Amino acid sequence: MPSYLFWLFSALMLGGAIAVIAFRNPVASAMSVVASFLGLAALFVGLSAFFVGIIQILVYTGAIMVLFVFIIMLLDLQDEEHRARSYLPIAAGLSLVIAFTIQLLGVLSSRPDQEAPALDAPALASAARNFPHSPSISAALTDGRLPDVHLIGQMLFTGYNLPLQILGSLLLVATVGVVVLSKKSAETE
Amino acid sequence: MPSLNDYLLVSGLLFAIGLAGVVLRRNIIVVFMCLELMLSAANLSLVAFSRFNPINGLPDYHGQMLVFFVITVAAAEVAVGLAIIVALYRARQTVHTDDLTSLKG
Repeated sequence: MPSYLFWLFSALMLGGAIAVIAFRNPVASAMSVVASFLGLAALFVGLSAFFVGIIQILVYTGAIMVLFVFIIMLLDLQDEEHRARSYLPIAAGLSLVIAFTIQLLGVLSSRPDQEAPALDAPALASAARNFPHSPSISAALTDGRLPDVHLIGQMLFTGYNLPLQILGSLLLVATVGVVVLSKKSAETE
Repeated sequence: MPSLNDYLLVSGLLFAIGLAGVVLRRNIIVVFMCLELMLSAANLSLVAFSRFNPINGLPDYHGQMLVFFVITVAAAEVAVGLAIIVALYRARQTVHTDDLTSLKG
């Protein structure tokens, strides 16, 4: 990823994040989160993590933020715009950011910097011999392409099979829990 | 080409902005969005480490597995959290944290 694209998408991501806490209207905040996540997904793609970039857009900006906007519309929140701003939390938040940034710069300046290792056609072709049992992966690697989804799928269903099953039951529990939560509060009304 | 420290700097700044939002915003829904920003900042540094520390010439996909699991768990967390917020709004007619003082001594 060229440097100017990196800084462009980082600026989109950080500017979106600042807009989230600067806007007083929750819908505007939700739209800023979407902008921020689009920049983040572009950074993922720049790091050659294509699958993660796509699910960042599909799951986060597609599903989660739509759910947020849906709830904001459902609850009809108007009152915060009429409230007075209190300055103590703003000062606390700003000092947190400043302290954190100073610490971050200190840690990063004491750490040796690292350039991105090459991920070009010869490097990929030499990695192809590690996948003798997956003809599609090794063919793509020999071609000089990075079969990102194939590699993640293979690792997910071989090395991470048990966590994947646990994740499935977690999603089931969350779904049932949400149904129970909304049902109970409807009965008490 | 941006280096690893550039990615870590950007990810740390995103985390700090999310943390500041959690501290200074009073609307629970916006606080929840800022929590999502903090999770995504952690994801960015995970993917950066996976790209910059290759195994056999390929990015370290164990890091991206963790990102996959974090995103899925975050989706479940948002669904449950928003259901709780809706239940809270039905009970109290507010999502403003200053008005929720029943646990205050």
